Amino acid sequence: MKVEVKHRKNKLGIVGWIGGGRFGAERYAYALHRLTGLGILAYFLLHIFVTGSRIGGRQSWESAMANFKTPLFKFGEFLVFLAFAYHALNGLRLIITELGFMLGKAQRPVFPYVTSVHRQRPLFIGLMIVAAIIIIFGGADFYFI
Amino acid sequence: MRESTLWFWHIIAGAVIFVFLGLHMFIMHLESILGFLGLGYGGDVTSAQSVFMRSQQGFYMVTYIVLLGAALYHGLYGFRNILFELSLSRTLEKIINWFFALGGLALFIYGTYVTVFIFFNPTAV
Amino acid sequence: MSETSAPEVQSSDLKVIKNVTFEILRYSPEKDEAPRAQKFQVPVIKGMTVLDGLLWIKENLDASLAYRSSCRMGVCGSCGMFINGLPRLACNNQIVHLNADTITIKPLPNYNIIRDLVPDLEGFFDKHESIQPYMIREQVEELNNPTGEFFQSPDELVDYIQFAYCIKCGLCLSACPTVATDDNFIGPQALAQAYRYNVDSRDEGAKEREEELYSSHGVWRCHFAGACSDVCPKGVDPAFAIQLLKQNMFMQKLHVHKQKPATHVIPWVAEHIPNEKIPKAPERTVK
Ligand code: HEM
Ligand code: HEM
Ligand code: HEM
Ligand code: SF4
Ligand code: FES
Repeated sequence: MKVEVKHRKNKLGIVGWIGGGRFGAERYAYALHRLTGLGILAYFLLHIFVTGSRIGGRQSWESAMANFKTPLFKFGEFLVFLAFAYHALNGLRLIITELGFMLGKAQRPVFPYVTSVHRQRPLFIGLMIVAAIIIIFGGADFYFI
Repeated sequence: MRESTLWFWHIIAGAVIFVFLGLHMFIMHLESILGFLGLGYGGDVTSAQSVFMRSQQGFYMVTYIVLLGAALYHGLYGFRNILFELSLSRTLEKIINWFFALGGLALFIYGTYVTVFIFFNPTAV
Repeated sequence: MSETSAPEVQSSDLKVIKNVTFEILRYSPEKDEAPRAQKFQVPVIKGMTVLDGLLWIKENLDASLAYRSSCRMGVCGSCGMFINGLPRLACNNQIVHLNADTITIKPLPNYNIIRDLVPDLEGFFDKHESIQPYMIREQVEELNNPTGEFFQSPDELVDYIQFAYCIKCGLCLSACPTVATDDNFIGPQALAQAYRYNVDSRDEGAKEREEELYSSHGVWRCHFAGACSDVCPKGVDPAFAIQLLKQNMFMQKLHVHKQKPATHVIPWVAEHIPNEKIPKAPERTVK
């Protein structure tokens, strides 16, 4: 016989995507990858229409671009660049690791356990350094040159 | 099985975007570095002059169509995945699939039309 | 005859090192509208685990406190809880190692709460069952009435042994971001078990598990956040198993996946020939 009990729901929901615990950096990298992916997608969908204005000739392109010459849009464009730099380099790591490469080999579990997440961490750190360098150059290009 | 095929192309598209968007971003945002290397056009990359110069080169036309297709597929499939993780009903999942597939196709046709039209009608602009 | 005696308990071992506050999320379905936090002062002695602390509270302060535990040594998987920011086994973590004056304990997230710290693991076990976590062979007759054993080399054992260490504690699902929203996702524990059987050189069930594993709520809902592997108390590394499942499918798509044929049966040795060098076992005392 199954007893009916009033259980309390305890799913974390979308808050659970962001984190809420002392997890490794990859858990937060996942959240940021998702956020940047959605951000670039939003930009890109708009981008298709804005760049589509070139079909109307120079005038049409210039009047479309005139709307975007404010500092706010310039900053927004910089955010897209940041998002791109992160998403691309972290995405490269995910392509490698989600296809099972650079994760090491299965082994007998001996305490303290070393997991695939630890084994791919040098790759993670390396690619994030590359992303940082790209962001520094991009930032210089945006605001100083 | 179908899901595996979709994911397979998501990853392939990611790799394609990596190359082509890398190029696009380099041209748009690191132009001063390109300038140092002697590859820049000089001046504002989003100026009408610069934009229409690129638009009439076959290389850019092809690049943009590939990037457009890959980014649409990759981005929309990624967004669909996020929605699929919200415990939706099967019906809603089906509606999302169709909506994204048709919407993506429409955007692809529009963007391709723009690039191809300008490439073949340099006088119109 | 050598004498063995229990090591003497030093009185210093029983000395209270410090007092910590246990802040426990309580919920009883009959009384409470929502879970509420309750504080307890617990004296800590050397070697005391979080589970020992809970036992002490139940014995001395509040007998109504509900939690699960059994083995108190990290093998049964009953005592999973959310302790100071991570899903952990209460019996596997010493209070002093947590390095805090307040120990905050909540029931494992992503499971319904039955009472206090007791999560409802039923759906979790259903997911585990759904991927057919047992040996599948074409020779059904051999499985049911074995004439020998399926051959396996020590190297082939290492291919899956770490995944076989899973104790079904459910910590990994508590850490997983996809499980936080997706009710239909199979989850890291079950996916890791599917891989455990798929790579077992004696198993032939990979094709049968395929539909479930690679469905729209299977392996592709994993994004390698890696939290399951971070929290697993047995070194199972479920995230690793899931990426290897993805790899298998990817290679299959590229037509370069090699599926080794399952190993053969080695018949039982008819007569046991004892090794001279090993002394005989003593006579049985109980008959
Ligand atoms: C924020 C920085 C960006 C800038 C300044 C920028 C600029 C431009 C410009 C000026 C064009 C017009 C064509 C040309 O001048 O050669 C263009 C076209 C295009 N861009 Fe971008 N872009 C940016 C980001 C992106 C991103 C993130 C994506 C992809 C997701 C993208 C994808 C495309 C595509 C596919 C086209 C061709 C559009 C068509 O077919 O009509 N761009 N971009
Ligand atoms: C620059 C090259 C890019 C690479 C290497 C890349 C790589 C990846 C990879 C490997 C994933 C799967 C991650 C996972 O399993 O969670 C992913 C997800 C995603 N990508 Fe990209 N991507 C790139 C560009 C883009 C662009 C241009 C867009 C937008 C149009 C985009 C939007 C997304 C979205 C929305 C997701 C889903 C995120 C999620 O499920 O959490 N990506 N990307
Ligand atoms: C009325 C008397 C006893 C009862 C009710 C009892 C009950 C049990 C139970 C329930 C278990 C757990 C079984 C399991 O893990 O499946 C167990 C394990 C065990 N018992 Fe007893 N027991 C009794 C007497 C004894 C005695 C007299 C000895 C030793 C001389 C003994 C030695 C052990 C050992 C070594 C184990 C561990 C076996 C293992 O880990 O698989 N028990 N007993
Ligand atoms: S994989 Fe690890 S964390 Fe998950 S149920 Fe098994 S033992 Fe627990
Ligand atoms: S009580 Fe058995 S694992 Fe903690």
